Amino acid sequence: MKAAQSTTPRLSGGRKFRNGLMAFLVGLGTLIVLGPLFIILYYVIAEGIGALNWAFFTQAPAPPGDPGGGMLPAIVGTLIIDLLALVIGGLFGLAAGILLAEYPDHRLNPVLRLVTDVMAGVPAILMGLVAYALLVRPMGGFSAISGSVALALLMIPIIARSTEGMLRLIPWELREAGLALGLPRWRVTLSLILPAARGGVITGLMLALARAAGEAAPLLFTAFGNNALTFNPLMAMDTLPLKLYNYAISPYPDWHAKAWGAALVLVALIMITSLLARWATRGRSG
Amino acid sequence: MRLYGKIGDQIFVWILVILGLGVLGAALLTGGVLLFGGLESFRTFGFLGFLADSGWNPVRGHFGAWPFILGTLITSFAALALAFFPALATAIFAVEYSPRWASAIIGYFVDLLAALPSVVYGLWGILVLVPLLRDNFEVPVFLWAAQNAPWLASFLGSPTGIGLLSSILVLALMIVPFAASLARDAIAVVPREQREAAYALGATHWEVIRMAVIPYARGGIFAGVILALARALGETMAVTMLIGNSHNLPYSIFGPAATMASVVANEFAEATLSLHYSSLLAIGFVLFVLSLLVNLLAAWVLRRMTLAGTRI
Repeated sequence: MKAAQSTTPRLSGGRKFRNGLMAFLVGLGTLIVLGPLFIILYYVIAEGIGALNWAFFTQAPAPPGDPGGGMLPAIVGTLIIDLLALVIGGLFGLAAGILLAEYPDHRLNPVLRLVTDVMAGVPAILMGLVAYALLVRPMGGFSAISGSVALALLMIPIIARSTEGMLRLIPWELREAGLALGLPRWRVTLSLILPAARGGVITGLMLALARAAGEAAPLLFTAFGNNALTFNPLMAMDTLPLKLYNYAISPYPDWHAKAWGAALVLVALIMITSLLARWATRGRSG
Repeated sequence: MRLYGKIGDQIFVWILVILGLGVLGAALLTGGVLLFGGLESFRTFGFLGFLADSGWNPVRGHFGAWPFILGTLITSFAALALAFFPALATAIFAVEYSPRWASAIIGYFVDLLAALPSVVYGLWGILVLVPLLRDNFEVPVFLWAAQNAPWLASFLGSPTGIGLLSSILVLALMIVPFAASLARDAIAVVPREQREAAYALGATHWEVIRMAVIPYARGGIFAGVILALARALGETMAVTMLIGNSHNLPYSIFGPAATMASVVANEFAEATLSLHYSSLLAIGFVLFVLSLLVNLLAAWVLRRMTLAGTRI
């Protein structure tokens, strides 16, 4: 507590009471927020642990109602779809971020900045609609690659923003030093600025990946889901959020248990990704 | 321009520009695909006719978006109303009351919870909250109303646990961390001198917060609220799992409803009828425009009110 006000000689009872009351209400509000959220985390861990076993990670799903089976296709699909999305989204996002930070007077920049800001607010499910209309319909079927494109659309604004911010933190003198040595501008960007901002740029990529990894909405009618294990990006593919959704709204208790397991794996995956992101930033400042 | 004169630089800039144009193109395509896909529906029913019509019947080929627009607005604003004060309290507590180590822990958890996937909230909602709410709140209230105030029962709707009330509660839980972390950022940048000046005038701790901190941070807090609203408007999976997906107007608090995002998530994969497909894209377009407007409003508020706040 701050001691300054308590030394005031004549603090009226009403003000003192209100001060205490508001401190109480603020604390209560914090409890109201954190309480349910701890409860959710507790359920994910407690119910999820029971569902995890060897079969969960190594087997394909069992037919409806049959016990057993696992989530191998969904786990493999999550990795394939998210990494493809990271490659596509990373390429465009990094380019936009570099253009915004390293060529601040470029004519394209005002529009590009507006567009990345606006794209960041577009609901994820609409990315799924767009990928459906542009890829799934012309190609004649659901495919993992269309899901990756939908997720990449989601990732681009996040990556572009964080890359721009991180590159701007690098002092302008470093660029001038490179240019003074006679390096061309592109070498300065690729060999000096990007390595110097490496930690921050990787953090941005990781956060975008963590965000996309939890999304089911853009994949509902692009990657669609698939009970069989496949590595072909032109086929329908399952991911953990999709499986979680389908199992959660099913009537089978066994599938509910597996949905908790999928939730735990997903949350662990997201926590590991964001921890890696923190670790990457620490490596830079150290 | 002399600086970019070398051939390598020109190639590099061209690659960046082409990829940047790709980003612009993707954004334009998003709006364009939704608008052109929805044209058939807008032409058939008229733009305003489609928005204001409250009938949605895929079997008869009749489509109007009003039940879903209304469902989206009710769930989002109700969730925001529930989330606002607790989120603000959490932000104030983390910056003004708690010791530094505790506010770091609160910050870590708030960020973690903002990163939890929508389907996880939905899973918790459907398997834990819905049975709890049904057995301990909705059924007793409904039975009481049926005996003592029959007129109230139709406003309450069937107490199944699935419906507006549970979606609003889970939606509120989902946007709280988001709003709290934005409000915390706004409060954390209030200069120390602002607080010290108020203390020096003899203000109590709460008076400092009310008169010196919140007015200064109000632009950021308000923009955070609007961004939380934007998130609630587009929230899909958790709401789809909990709201019951009814085509009727949301007339009761326990009863089922649907939002723009949830009806798209639910019906798009089965929309074989061309007009049905087009109507869902048209709803997507309405949602796109709505979230665009809300985001632009947040950006404008942040600019406007932050300037006004510093002028005090």
